[in-house]
Amino acid sequence: MLYKAFLIKYAEIGIKGKNRYIFENALCSQIKTALSKVEGSFHVTKEMGRIYVEALEEYDYEETVDALKCIFGIIAICPVKIVESTEWDTIAKETTEYIEKVYSTREFTFKVAAKRGNKNYPKTSPQICMDMGEVILNTFPEMKVDIHNPDVVITIEIRSKTYIYSVIIPGLGGLPVGTGGKAMVLLSGGIDSPVSSYMIAKRGVQVEAVYFHAPPYTSERAKQKVIDLASKVAKYAGTIKLHVVNFTDIQMYIYDQCPHDQLTIIMKRYMVKIAETLAEKDGCMGLVTGESIGQVASQTMQSMAVIEEACNMPIYRPVIAFDKQDIVNIADKIGTYEISIQPYEDCCTTFVAKHPVTKPTLTSILKSEVHLEEKIEELYQKAIDTVEVILVEANN
Amino acid sequence: MEAYLDNAATTKPFPEVSVIMQETMEVNYGNPSSMHQKGIDAEKYIRNARHIIAKSLKAEEKEIIFTSGGTEANNQALIGTALANKRKGKHIITTKMEHASVYNPLLFLESQGFRISFISVDQNGKIDINELLNEICDDTILISIMYVNNEIGAVQDIEKIGSLIKGKNKDILFHVDAIQAYGKFNIYPKRLHIDLLSVSGHKIHGPKGIGFLYVKDKTKIFPYIYGGGQQNGMRSGTENVPGIAGMGKAVEQIYEDHPKKQETLYQLKKYFIEQLQKIDGTFVNGISEIPLKETAPHIVSVTFDGIRSEVLLHALEEKGVYVSSGSACSSNHPALSGTLQAIGLNKNALESTLRFSFSINTTTEELDYTIASLQELLPVLRKYIRR
Repeated sequence: MLYKAFLIKYAEIGIKGKNRYIFENALCSQIKTALSKVEGSFHVTKEMGRIYVEALEEYDYEETVDALKCIFGIIAICPVKIVESTEWDTIAKETTEYIEKVYSTREFTFKVAAKRGNKNYPKTSPQICMDMGEVILNTFPEMKVDIHNPDVVITIEIRSKTYIYSVIIPGLGGLPVGTGGKAMVLLSGGIDSPVSSYMIAKRGVQVEAVYFHAPPYTSERAKQKVIDLASKVAKYAGTIKLHVVNFTDIQMYIYDQCPHDQLTIIMKRYMVKIAETLAEKDGCMGLVTGESIGQVASQTMQSMAVIEEACNMPIYRPVIAFDKQDIVNIADKIGTYEISIQPYEDCCTTFVAKHPVTKPTLTSILKSEVHLEEKIEELYQKAIDTVEVILVEANN
Repeated sequence: MEAYLDNAATTKPFPEVSVIMQETMEVNYGNPSSMHQKGIDAEKYIRNARHIIAKSLKAEEKEIIFTSGGTEANNQALIGTALANKRKGKHIITTKMEHASVYNPLLFLESQGFRISFISVDQNGKIDINELLNEICDDTILISIMYVNNEIGAVQDIEKIGSLIKGKNKDILFHVDAIQAYGKFNIYPKRLHIDLLSVSGHKIHGPKGIGFLYVKDKTKIFPYIYGGGQQNGMRSGTENVPGIAGMGKAVEQIYEDHPKKQETLYQLKKYFIEQLQKIDGTFVNGISEIPLKETAPHIVSVTFDGIRSEVLLHALEEKGVYVSSGSACSSNHPALSGTLQAIGLNKNALESTLRFSFSINTTTEELDYTIASLQELLPVLRKYIRR
């Protein structure tokens, strides 16, 4: 195997101040967790403002890179060739061998960058760069030096061993999950909410999810679909605690007592209330939805304002200003799209009015909700008490 | 005593396989497409099997299509991609020693205007990679190569072939018939540059009538069977739940502690070959000057000088030793084996070759018994040859 280690580069964490170590430690632990599921064993170390992942035995390269590519906080992954010796001739030989293996055609410009962990090394960094450049040019006359704008930067790092790398695999960016607190996502089974979960997790937020199940109006398959979606998101966000709320009784009660065109709005108000209660129990600091302005009647600014009034927690809406196609693109990338388009009814579409209100006023909604006073407390409590909790892990 | 040494023809299902299949018939007999709970319960077996299989390939679940077996998987792979890509080109490359379920669909495609090139193989059944690369031209759309040959156990260097093909033109689809390879080797299609991979259930101690085709995500392929749109429209027809559940269980079992299982098979093969070589007038095919580890762990092809394979087969059968002449799948029709011809056996040798194939249930005692039977039978049979 050519590569024995990976250098992990992180972007935003680098600019943190005194609490930088918190982010670094979180990232290390995320990396360890992700790699525990990969064939091979690894050593993850934090040194000199960087993270090294070293393979201790034979490992699966693609699987390892794929796992690292799903970790938020990593901006780039550099596969590293390790040379046990620091002796110049050996390094020179290994470097040319490395170039030969990695690049099948070598018609590109390059520069050599050198780092010395070992300051007693007989050559200074600029000397290493110049001398190695010369070695490379002699071996591969088709390569050309460009100091300012090279196609490839070949880095030679000399410490107790020598590290050679030049390939940069882009990571996802963002911040390590868990460093940004915890939030409760309202997961519907549609295209938008899984994307929202992904996006909020990308900013380091740990996510829990709540799904409103309305049997027999929504089927077991719809619930399975939500579990499958959560599992896809869990690949990035880590294990997700999914709360399945039986919403049928509340939904039917609203249907009986309130004007039909307000059904969705009032239903959603109760959804955020329930989500808030569950969120508070688990120490979440906000709710997350997949709402996007104007997408449907309940996602106009007026509707969202009325819905939001039902709870005190902030509601985060990562895709609020996204066009549908932009959301679909992300869904496609994270593998949730094809699950989301499976045709199972969710509880929002079951009873939706032909012409739901698009500009509700809080006064009119509150007036309607008066009709719910008799039984709603009891139904609400029952919904909370009968929540089913499923821990959804990433598939594989 | 009995020695079942025809495991390349089919294997005895694991006990766990029949248990789960019985469950799908007696308890969870629903149609997986039904909306109700019975349907969902049946669907769980499919989800589960798909998960196990995808994991064994390090692939995604949506990349697995269940078929009625290896033959359908091969037909689906070849005809489905040829038709879907015919605008790009009409040239297909394969080898001279493919199984009939690859060879015949390709002949059909040839009759429909596709051009097929057949690559030769050496005495060990290894393909000539340079010949393959030279055959690739602008309108080549598909290359189909068998991972492990069913008659002599030749193994191709699929990773090297895959990377060379893709290096030349990444749009050429690479199909691998892995029916004799899956369960014997760890196969990771992405690492091997494979786009389509065929597998059969009953070669890995699963049930008959079930198999699957791995189709790399976003591969251009048409369905081969049309109807109710099951399996995302790729393979209509109510899923064979007992078969799928049984195959899933078999995959789980066969890949558990896999390196050890593989090593056991190689030990058996090594031992059997050593014993055979002590017998005069026997020649083991496909192992000349290559390490045993570069051949399949479960297949030994032997030519017995001056003996008609069919006679020896039946004589062994009387002793309770079950083997194949050529390969069981093609033994129904009297044509001579394509593989054995392709590796250059002469006509006499072709008619004198038997295949012994092992499974993880095979014991050294069975092999000793087989050798003893051969030692007893060969001198007698050689006395009465046709002149």
